[in-house]
Amino acid sequence: MKSKILKLRLLEALGALLLLLFATPFLVVIINSSKNAIEVKEFPLGIPENWFQLFTNIAEVFGRDNIDYIGSFFNSFIITTVSLVAIGIFSAMAAWVLVRTKKNYSFIIFMIFLSGMVLPFQVVMLPLVRLMQSLKDITGISFLDTYHGIILAYIGFGAPLSVFLFHGFIKSIPMDIEEAAIIDGCTKAQVFFKIILPILKPIFVTLLVLNGMWIWNDYLLPILVLGTGGDIQTLPLTVSMLAGNYNKEWSLILTSVLMAAAPVVILFLFAQKHIIKGMTSGAIK
Amino acid sequence: MQKSNSILKRTPIKLLHIVISVVIIAILPIILLIRIFERIIKKDIMVFNKNKERGLIGTFIHDKWLGETYTAQNNRVFVYFLMPSFGSFLLFVAFPFLQGFYYSLTDWTGLNTGDENFVGFDNYISILKDYRFAYSFYRTLIYAIFNIGLINIVAFSLAMLVTQNLKFKNIYRAGFFMPNLIGGLVLGYIWKFIFDKVLFSLGGIFDPSLLIGGETAFISLLIVVTWQYAGYIMMIYIAAIQNIPQDLIEASEIDGANSIQKLRNITLPLVAQAFTVAMFLTLVTAFKQFDTVVSLTQGGPSTQLPQWIGSIYNTTLLPIVKSTDLISMNIYNEAFVNYNMGIGQAKAILFFVVLLSIALIQVYYNKKKEVEL
Repeated sequence: MKSKILKLRLLEALGALLLLLFATPFLVVIINSSKNAIEVKEFPLGIPENWFQLFTNIAEVFGRDNIDYIGSFFNSFIITTVSLVAIGIFSAMAAWVLVRTKKNYSFIIFMIFLSGMVLPFQVVMLPLVRLMQSLKDITGISFLDTYHGIILAYIGFGAPLSVFLFHGFIKSIPMDIEEAAIIDGCTKAQVFFKIILPILKPIFVTLLVLNGMWIWNDYLLPILVLGTGGDIQTLPLTVSMLAGNYNKEWSLILTSVLMAAAPVVILFLFAQKHIIKGMTSGAIK
Repeated sequence: MQKSNSILKRTPIKLLHIVISVVIIAILPIILLIRIFERIIKKDIMVFNKNKERGLIGTFIHDKWLGETYTAQNNRVFVYFLMPSFGSFLLFVAFPFLQGFYYSLTDWTGLNTGDENFVGFDNYISILKDYRFAYSFYRTLIYAIFNIGLINIVAFSLAMLVTQNLKFKNIYRAGFFMPNLIGGLVLGYIWKFIFDKVLFSLGGIFDPSLLIGGETAFISLLIVVTWQYAGYIMMIYIAAIQNIPQDLIEASEIDGANSIQKLRNITLPLVAQAFTVAMFLTLVTAFKQFDTVVSLTQGGPSTQLPQWIGSIYNTTLLPIVKSTDLISMNIYNEAFVNYNMGIGQAKAILFFVVLLSIALIQVYYNKKKEVEL
């Protein structure tokens, strides 16, 4: 019994040590974004003389003419939230009709979705950019460097995984509930939005987390669809531009890194319980 | 001051833009692909034809107030519900993918869109003759092997640790998961600073910076990606470990099994399914690795081509290559730096074929090891 307690204590200490190891890079960022350029050069691990230097640095990042930090934060926010909601609802709709329609073609469509899961983005990216250019000539609607262009692309790329997870989940929902609703006078669409969608909440949360992490941090698709220096820039694009512009002014680069990372980390700390639960209980099968 | 003014001025335009975008997102896939589906679902054609006569509003009124048969409603809902996601998937994933096969057979250079010529398999032949691509492929393969091993070992150990009866296990889980929230690009900058400045200032083996040597830069990249991705894979293992029935473990304890025997004979076989998933995920992400490389090493530093690759390609002198020029980076540079879109696309297709076959083999072998309860 005593050895068991000792073992747990040791494991606890090991956990704390590993946590510190995992957290060190974050601490380094926080310390060094509160320093001026000379301090960083002297000794990067030293405690900053004046913590308020952080605000000076933030003001400096905001003040640069060619970089629109607030705008790109706003863009990232819009693109991520609209894509997340759209992917979630549209994929759930598709998965539901695919599960409930027991026909050959629904199975084939599901298989087409599944095959999209193994498709690396690199194979699609060059023709995609070209397609978006030629769609402008055909329809007169610009797709490159617009919100709807990138959001539609995200709906397409997010669909396979989301449809797959929803498909697995919806299969376990008994048909009786839907039949009861139809007898009570629901139309098909009402059955979905009033009965099925609320039941899908746990898997919806899982997908919000998975897709959210991916879309918020994505670099390759925005750089192709939005381009560097276009009207619409997302946070990763702005950070990479900042890093290029500042040319080894590390205190400012790290400040911008901190500003890009802080919103997500804060969101995570608040919703931590739900996110971790969604990740572990969610059907990662 | 001027800057904030310009942001305020632009906001209403942006809002208008968003409204238009949302409307287009909702309607466009339906408009674009509904006609194709009319043909696929032949049963529905009758209904569609009737609806055409009635017009959009007439259809709506008819469906809403005059009623329709259950089957017709069923089919209509099938099409409308499937359209948004399947439409965007076909338009932006499946269609470009198929187009890609054609483009890989042309001399498409990106600058002159529209007037590329069909060149047959020339692109593929020139790729196979290119020692840089061979080296890049070789590095990606090595990278993937180490990456899969490291991440899975670290993630499984972490998962074993935080499923013990620890007081702060939830804090540990959150902490280990944290690096995942921040994108590879941003992480790359953080670690570039750590390697170039923080560790450099400590001296010893860190001077010169690890990112300057060919092999050490490669190892640094592995460390960064493991740090980033282990927490995510850990979550998969946690879910699997928690699903192991407690009575099996108790039974083994009564039989006198020690912790190593428990791990080998109960835990490992029962989480084999999670191993399949985790190894698949790490394999795919290792091959697709792009943004961390961009910010950490830009594909560099320069190093010499290994002797054995040089002898295959009969190069007289060993040429200079880039040590972390992973395949994804190589494709991107070929397409957007050299503007050889056709060659880039051919590389991408080769990459896809190899990745797909490796993934299939991996899943097949892992599946064999799984046990059913």
